[in-house]
Amino acid sequence: MTASSGLTELTLADARAGLVAKQFSARELAEAYIAAMAAARPLNAYITETPDIALDMAAASDVRLAKGEAGPLDGIPVAIKDLFCTKGVLTTAASHILDGFRPPYESTVTEKLWHAGAVMLGKTNMDEFAMGSSTTTTYYGPTENPWRRPGYNRPLVAGGSSGGSAAAVAAHAALGATGTDTGGSIRQPASFCGIVGLKPTYGRCSRWGVVAYASSLDHPGPLARTVRDAAILLGAMAGHDPRDSTSAPVPVPDFEKALTGDVRGLKIGIPKEYRVDGMPAEIEALWQQGVEWLRAAGAEPVEISLPMTKYALPTYYIIAPAEASSNLARYDGVKYGLRVPGDSLDDMYELTRAAGFGAEVRRRVLIGTYVLSAGYYDAYYLKAQKVRALIAQDFAAAFDKVDCLLTPTAPSAAFAIGERQDDPIAMYLNDVFTVPANLAGLPAISVPAGLSVDGLPLGLQITGRAFDEEMVLRVGDVVETAAGFSHRPSFIAGGR
Amino acid sequence: MALDKAAVAHIAALARIRLTEAELEPLAAELSHILTWVAQLAEVDTADVAPMTSVAAMRLPMRDDAVTDGNRRAEILQNAPQAARGFFAVPKVVE
Repeated sequence: MTASSGLTELTLADARAGLVAKQFSARELAEAYIAAMAAARPLNAYITETPDIALDMAAASDVRLAKGEAGPLDGIPVAIKDLFCTKGVLTTAASHILDGFRPPYESTVTEKLWHAGAVMLGKTNMDEFAMGSSTTTTYYGPTENPWRRPGYNRPLVAGGSSGGSAAAVAAHAALGATGTDTGGSIRQPASFCGIVGLKPTYGRCSRWGVVAYASSLDHPGPLARTVRDAAILLGAMAGHDPRDSTSAPVPVPDFEKALTGDVRGLKIGIPKEYRVDGMPAEIEALWQQGVEWLRAAGAEPVEISLPMTKYALPTYYIIAPAEASSNLARYDGVKYGLRVPGDSLDDMYELTRAAGFGAEVRRRVLIGTYVLSAGYYDAYYLKAQKVRALIAQDFAAAFDKVDCLLTPTAPSAAFAIGERQDDPIAMYLNDVFTVPANLAGLPAISVPAGLSVDGLPLGLQITGRAFDEEMVLRVGDVVETAAGFSHRPSFIAGGR
Repeated sequence: MALDKAAVAHIAALARIRLTEAELEPLAAELSHILTWVAQLAEVDTADVAPMTSVAAMRLPMRDDAVTDGNRRAEILQNAPQAARGFFAVPKVVE
């Protein structure tokens, strides 16, 4: 083991302690991660690497560390999903239509990270405009999961849409990462890659400067290797932002303090409707195992009902495309990105958007345009917003009886790249357990809890009340400890 | 809900996405499949339900009607595929 490869083995919390204790410099840590990022290129986790920016930021961190003026993340190398605008750095949303776009401004979440001292390694791959569950709809080629089924060589998807961030963190090619979660896009890739992913409450992290997909469902949040690391990152990313009108003016607690290890007396809701048809027995068994872990730790499992669960996905697939069709109207070949010349203005719009959008984005924009069009608005969009209200009421009623919910994160482990491409609805079903929390705006975390019979990671999800991230972190920490998940992917960029 | 080729062509025109004749038939089938699947929401009784219009229970905040940003023409035009004399340039729209 070389000194630098040892550095990429540290958790974020330990790296932070090592930096403050001057056991190594921010520059050494950045160099180790820049080497790991290069070694991880076969995974295609990054769209853009920014090693020069990383070294400059690390040098500035070393100056602050030397003066004893370090911020909470000083010298910590992180990856940024390519949906966050980063000033002067290519920002693509993994779409051809944003070719060459260099934002003249910085997103609030990344600005907060840099203010806390974090170091940018690069921009990560994702499903185009965050529309997908496998990081295969990207214009830049699919991201590979660092995990493989033992004895089986076919590359697996990293999940999505934040698949590049999840793969980079799992392969130790970033210490933590930002993601966004519109229907499961942080939690499902975290589950597929054996790491922790946290979708905060709607309004906890600002959406300003995040390329919009479905504005009422988009949630920025962290991906990390441990629950504690996710808590530290969330603390730096969260907070009120007047530039996002849905950003909540509430104080940011010290999320790390929530990790007490004590869940005695908590009531853990087990929603019976999540036992869906065709769910693999191993996922049912892992879920039951999670219940037993929490019971052994002194919590009380309570069976509850969320009767509207089966309608969450169809509700999502009306609301999200409707909002997307509106948000993506801005890509017209005039202001930024790709332009395909045409004989008239309309000709140019149509040719640019036909060439610039991939198949899934096109499909969702068309569905969204249809459900919002004259004569169909009430039957689809308004109906979906009513069912959405009922889904939120289900959760509110459940939280009268319990403190949080425990469910699986996804109905399967990672599948092979190329599978489930023929039927869009088969791909949409990946998000059956994650979409409800987006519709209701609730915080939810995925924690790696075990392996499938094929040797692939599976996550358990804890969902809490609005603005009670402390509860999901506290319970997630206890699940993490009980699971003792120490399995490693077949590919680790940092080496042992 | 089944969409035919003409309906898909109409939606695509509204969405300003050019489709070839060969793309219409498969897209009509895909979109119809998705619309049939989401139509299961019709089973839910929503007679007395108000639609959700805001995820978080908060009022939209008001701010002073003041200019807080601006004078960034050069920065903004830097990303334009085509710009001329401080403007975005587009194909001629007025004869």
